[in-house]
Amino acid sequence: MSSLLATALPLFIEGPSEVSSVTNDANWFLEHAWIIPLLPAVSFVLILFFGKRMPKKGAEFGIAAVGLAFVLAILTGVSWIDHRDNFDGPLAESPSTHADDGHHDEGHHDDAEHSDEEALGVAVIGPDGSSSSDDLVLTVDAEGEEGGEHAYVAVQKSTQWFQSGGIEFNAGILVDGLSVMMLFVVTLISLLVHIYSTDYVGGDRRYTHYFAFLSLFTASMLFFVLSDNILQMIVGWELVGVCSFALIGHWWEEKPNSDAALKAFLTNRVGDVGLLVGMITLFFAAGGGQTFDTLAINNAINQGVVSHTALVVAAAALMAAVMSKSGQFVLHTWLPDAMAGPTPVSALIHAATMVVAGIFMVARLYPVFFEGMSIGGSSINLLSTVGAVTLVFAGLLAFVQTDIKKVLAYSTVSQLGYMAMALGVGAWTAAVFHLFTHAFFKANLFLGSGSVAHAVHSFDMKKSMGGMKKFMPRTYVTFIIGSIALAGLPPLAGFWSKDEILVGTGGWGLFGGTGGNGAYTFHLLMGMVGAALTAAYMTRCVYLTFHGEYRGNDHAHDDAHDPHSVADPAHAGDSHDPHESGPRILWPLYILSGFAILVGFLNLPKGFQLVPESLQLRFEHFIEPAGASYFPAIAHGTPSWSLAVVSTAIAVLGIGGAYWYYFVKVDGLAKATGQHLTELPNGLVTTNKLARTAHKVLVEKYYLDHLYTGVIAGFTKGPLARATYWVNQNIIDGTVDTVGETSVKIGRGLYDKVDQGVIDGFVNGSGKVSDATGQELRHINTGRVQNYAALLFAGAAVLAGAFIVLLAL
Amino acid sequence: MLLNQFLLLAAALFCIGVYGVLVRKNGMLVLMSIELILNSVNINLVAFGALTDDVGGEVFALFTIAVAAAEVGVGLAIVLLMYRNRRSIDLSEADLMKG
Repeated sequence: MSSLLATALPLFIEGPSEVSSVTNDANWFLEHAWIIPLLPAVSFVLILFFGKRMPKKGAEFGIAAVGLAFVLAILTGVSWIDHRDNFDGPLAESPSTHADDGHHDEGHHDDAEHSDEEALGVAVIGPDGSSSSDDLVLTVDAEGEEGGEHAYVAVQKSTQWFQSGGIEFNAGILVDGLSVMMLFVVTLISLLVHIYSTDYVGGDRRYTHYFAFLSLFTASMLFFVLSDNILQMIVGWELVGVCSFALIGHWWEEKPNSDAALKAFLTNRVGDVGLLVGMITLFFAAGGGQTFDTLAINNAINQGVVSHTALVVAAAALMAAVMSKSGQFVLHTWLPDAMAGPTPVSALIHAATMVVAGIFMVARLYPVFFEGMSIGGSSINLLSTVGAVTLVFAGLLAFVQTDIKKVLAYSTVSQLGYMAMALGVGAWTAAVFHLFTHAFFKANLFLGSGSVAHAVHSFDMKKSMGGMKKFMPRTYVTFIIGSIALAGLPPLAGFWSKDEILVGTGGWGLFGGTGGNGAYTFHLLMGMVGAALTAAYMTRCVYLTFHGEYRGNDHAHDDAHDPHSVADPAHAGDSHDPHESGPRILWPLYILSGFAILVGFLNLPKGFQLVPESLQLRFEHFIEPAGASYFPAIAHGTPSWSLAVVSTAIAVLGIGGAYWYYFVKVDGLAKATGQHLTELPNGLVTTNKLARTAHKVLVEKYYLDHLYTGVIAGFTKGPLARATYWVNQNIIDGTVDTVGETSVKIGRGLYDKVDQGVIDGFVNGSGKVSDATGQELRHINTGRVQNYAALLFAGAAVLAGAFIVLLAL
Repeated sequence: MLLNQFLLLAAALFCIGVYGVLVRKNGMLVLMSIELILNSVNINLVAFGALTDDVGGEVFALFTIAVAAAEVGVGLAIVLLMYRNRRSIDLSEADLMKG
């Protein structure tokens, strides 16, 4: 800390032992949260080096590390709950930019204690704390209702990584409700996915590498959510991107898989440009060109000292990053293709963790968007609108998919749209809560779809599934729970979080359910439409997969998506009846189903008459940094029964419509004709021209892929490249060539005229003159001594004569 | 004035010597003509020495005589070698160095 502050706050001169919030054993977990990402990182290295020699081929390292991380995450969460309500220790200074911070009192460092950790290349805080460490203080700016409560105090620990040009580059952790929540979600889902994978990819040729990358991915995501500065965020963000590339392309022998991996990576790179631009803008605009610290940046923005224009630029640039990483509309195309990877990977990366990195980033840097997008008090902004468009458009796409994982992928895109929309309308907690609940039920659905695909060796619902209820009753039950949670029927998790988002839009003017940060009526409408779509496509998905007749024996297997196609050739093409998966697949499903049922109760709405007030808004209380100096003052919408009833009714309507079509009409027709049907042979799409066109647009995914590969990439490869080539050949090369040719001409001229003529002329001329002179003079050289003597005397006589003449003068 | 006669004598001797050196074909006679030139110079030296009452002139003359002796020794050796090689001491035939 700067000497200035040290004198102003004598409390801290005592040294690092005075670091606040280290008041009891429980808070050890908050201070040492950096161990949580370190564990999987170590496991990654161990698996790489020793995995192949272990009895379980490296899986045990991953499971042990993530399991331990999960335990630590729970303990950290418990500590956080205690810390949130009971912390009244000393507070560190609010982070601010120190221009004069050239001298840290390094005297408190004990390098010996650091050496072992630093040898791993990880900057960490030693047990003694660190000079620049700091828990953060929040100005207690209680909103009247929270007058009697403890202020929200985050825990930040950082150490200087290096210094350059007076700017400190720190590495550290920021533990508050948001990161603790993410730690729990990531470690839990990662652990379940690890266990699931031991069965699902068992016998795979790259089994060990698969687990190594799962570990690295988990470590990256944990590193990302604990970041306390934007630089570290960028690192974590790129790390999850690269792990996703490796895991999507796990079976790279087949071209579609490696293409999908490349597509995911490159599409994300497009947004990452925005990320870099946005973060640089923040560093200079809000960090004063001095600090990368997230909280310092947020504080500066909240104090209103940052120019609005800079924030608009930063928010817009960061939007590009959110759109690519969190699959928002126009940059979402990679996410459905990413289903080429193994199913557990989809569950981990494309449902629960990586794709929410963008959402997390917005939540973490919320003041940037709140100010930059003018969320408070406006009725439309870029973030909320992109989210709203995404949730509807992706929902529509889910209807035309035949691949069960693609349905879930589009569903994920749609739910991410909900989260983005919620953040865009100022419903911060609703977005984070939806992130939380969605992680459980979407991971559940993905793992469930993997369980089914494991049995039928294909992901194609129309060709290889149907009637699976009979073969896989347990998977069926968990899948149904996940679907209901996703569709948003009470009392499961999805209902509560989605309803909160709808409340947060503040667009519900009926029966007093208003409030929020502005009248986002359009977004409320889109949310409602999205709810109906979600319910309907999930019903379709459940019917095609689990109901009707089993269609897997109708034809030879199409093994394109067979989870075992590379791993286990023995399975290829056999057509025994499918059977229920083993316990390592089922238990994660049970656990996630349990969560999908229960987690919604963590955040019962305020004023909910059926439960005591002590049970309401628990999630918001512990997670939302209300009144914190690094968080904008957002307003909360008021929940209303009418909205809940209407949104439930809409979901039921969606389910009902799909039920009527599939379970009644299609199923009835199939039974009557004895055929295996997946749709009505004479439905709207076949009879109505408009519907056919719309269907075609959906099947072609709004032609976005054509736009990207055909138009943009094609234009770049074709006309643009040719034009560039022409310019290069004719203008740039023309100039170069002209210069070259002119030089050659000048050179030739010089050679011919100057070198050959003048200079060589001199040389040759002098030679010729010498030669000629010599020819003449050789006549003197008679060889007779007397001639020489005569010349000598003649010369002497001449000289003598001249001498006499001169003397006479 | 007595000096002039000496100088004229010396000049006459010098001219005779030079003539001999330039036109005689016999090597021996050329050597002898060289001696004449040297001796004419000696006369000059001695004459000027007497005029200026300086003994340096005679000393210089003695030097010249000694050097002339050495020179004529070398000259005679060359002429002798010529004779041995070519059976003649005719200088006009010794034109190997003709350009």
